[in-house]
Amino acid sequence: MSDKNIEKYPSQIRRDIVRMVHDVQSGHPGGSLGTVEFFTALFFDILDINPKKFSIKSTGEDTFILSNGHITPVYYSTLARRGYFDVKELATFRRLGSRLQGHPSVHDGLPGIRIASGSLGQGLSVALGVAQGKKLNHDKHLVYTLHGDGELQEGQIWEAVLYAGAKGIDNLIATVDYNNAQIDGTVDQVLSLGDLKAKFEAFNWTVVDLKKGNDLAAVLSGLKQAQALTGKGKPVAVLLHTKMGYGVDFMQGDYHWHGKALNDAQLAKALAQLPETLGDY
Amino acid sequence: MKKYTYKDKKDTRSGFGDAITLLGNSNEKVVALTADVTGSVKMGTFAQQHPQRFFNVGIQEANMIGMAAGLTLEDKIPFAATFAEFISGRVYDQVRQAVAYSEKNVKICASHAGLTVGEDGATHQALEDLGMMKMLPGMVVINPCDYNQTKAATLAIAAYKGPVYLRFGRPKVPNFTPENQNFEIGKAVVLNEGNDVSIFATGHLVWPAIEAAEKLEAEGISVDLINIHTIKPLDEKAVLASAQKTGAVVTCEEHNRIGGLGESIAGFLATTQPTPQTFVAVNDRFGESGTGEELMHKYGLDAEGVYKAAKKVLTQK
Repeated sequence: MSDKNIEKYPSQIRRDIVRMVHDVQSGHPGGSLGTVEFFTALFFDILDINPKKFSIKSTGEDTFILSNGHITPVYYSTLARRGYFDVKELATFRRLGSRLQGHPSVHDGLPGIRIASGSLGQGLSVALGVAQGKKLNHDKHLVYTLHGDGELQEGQIWEAVLYAGAKGIDNLIATVDYNNAQIDGTVDQVLSLGDLKAKFEAFNWTVVDLKKGNDLAAVLSGLKQAQALTGKGKPVAVLLHTKMGYGVDFMQGDYHWHGKALNDAQLAKALAQLPETLGDY
Repeated sequence: MKKYTYKDKKDTRSGFGDAITLLGNSNEKVVALTADVTGSVKMGTFAQQHPQRFFNVGIQEANMIGMAAGLTLEDKIPFAATFAEFISGRVYDQVRQAVAYSEKNVKICASHAGLTVGEDGATHQALEDLGMMKMLPGMVVINPCDYNQTKAATLAIAAYKGPVYLRFGRPKVPNFTPENQNFEIGKAVVLNEGNDVSIFATGHLVWPAIEAAEKLEAEGISVDLINIHTIKPLDEKAVLASAQKTGAVVTCEEHNRIGGLGESIAGFLATTQPTPQTFVAVNDRFGESGTGEELMHKYGLDAEGVYKAAKKVLTQK
């Protein structure tokens, strides 16, 4: 489905992100802001999903696995705006007793989430299980993942990349938030990934290099291109070039915003740059 | 005391493998995963009969656990099996996050557990796995004692919904429990009723405990002998009833005394019925190379060790 209001979501989701993180003075705004267009495209156009009939089982629909679990602000805002739960619940983010845990959990029963993540590097393996399960079930739906580029430093990712390529898991689209930023600095400084496209290709993946990861139309078209590449015997990787903190001028491109909350003045400044398009929670 | 006999010695891993073969034919939802040890974990027949539902992931234990968790989303019942050390310690974080915390219906099947893996030495001798696994909320931890019981346990956990750690081993041990027994998760099995000392044993230590009990009974010491095949949830009712009756406890396991069955029982009794206890377990050290039998003797995990532990605890009553 394509939501006719799709262009209104990015600004509203960004407002949700900065407000949620400011409110509880913790959380991860940087990667959240940077992947808003991806989440918008995925949940309001690309995915064939049924939020009102959410089940912990993913059978009969497309499945999204968030591997870099710390970007819950964008994930929760998107899920709420897509109708998985009431947007008012976003106000409970990271609070005691909330279903909106700091990192995604299924233990707390939040609709939309089927696997916990937070400890990095595990989501691609989980997605491989879902993808294999869909093949066994003769289900043509696809499995999507999102990973941080820093997360690709985890060894388990490369176990899964090797497996998927070697076994030709072709109902899988793994997206890398390619923002060259992690907690301690740029990815290049901390532990460079080198030529990532060549690495994926060497592991028998097809790669979509999505240069404009913060341009909604470009993301939609890139993901559709990735969809068209499935079913051809190879897994598909999308290198989603984004800017950490995109959409708020003083946060954009600065790795320090990986896991830092905005203060009151910063919140006011950020909100002034983000029109309220669909109503704040 | 009732005389326990057996026709043959069999390895518990074969009980697992034969059950997996049965499940493959009886339950379409069952899928099997292993990490390059198909023959060792006795999944060969399943692999042959159901190649579509069998995943040999290569030497990728972490990826295997994640995949198993993912398969549950598509309504499968995954049995993931490799050596106990590599499916516990090596992948603890994956089991913790993707299976236990995510409440996934994954069966973690741990073969070659304990000292009896033998000559491979300490790198392959999981003596900490029960402790690690029992610390995870919601994880059921099972350590059956012989071929028949392992087979029954494997069938039982397929019907149970939730994460399970099933531990079994490599050596051929007396196969004395009934064929086609009903395995009740969390229910202790009383092997002999007695009043002087309680012996709680699990896994490969159950048979040596029977031998020790026979010797004690011959000396006029009345033994309450209980097979604790489920470490978690512990059958607290059975443990308490026995400890109240005898006032002396021996626990027996092929595991580090830290984190094992003995510690579970001590912790429970400390808060309900403080009772003198001796531990037949590995005393906080790594194993080493040798035959399984040599190692079990060296570390006191045999009938003689159980007998001595019982005599000792009787002096503490």
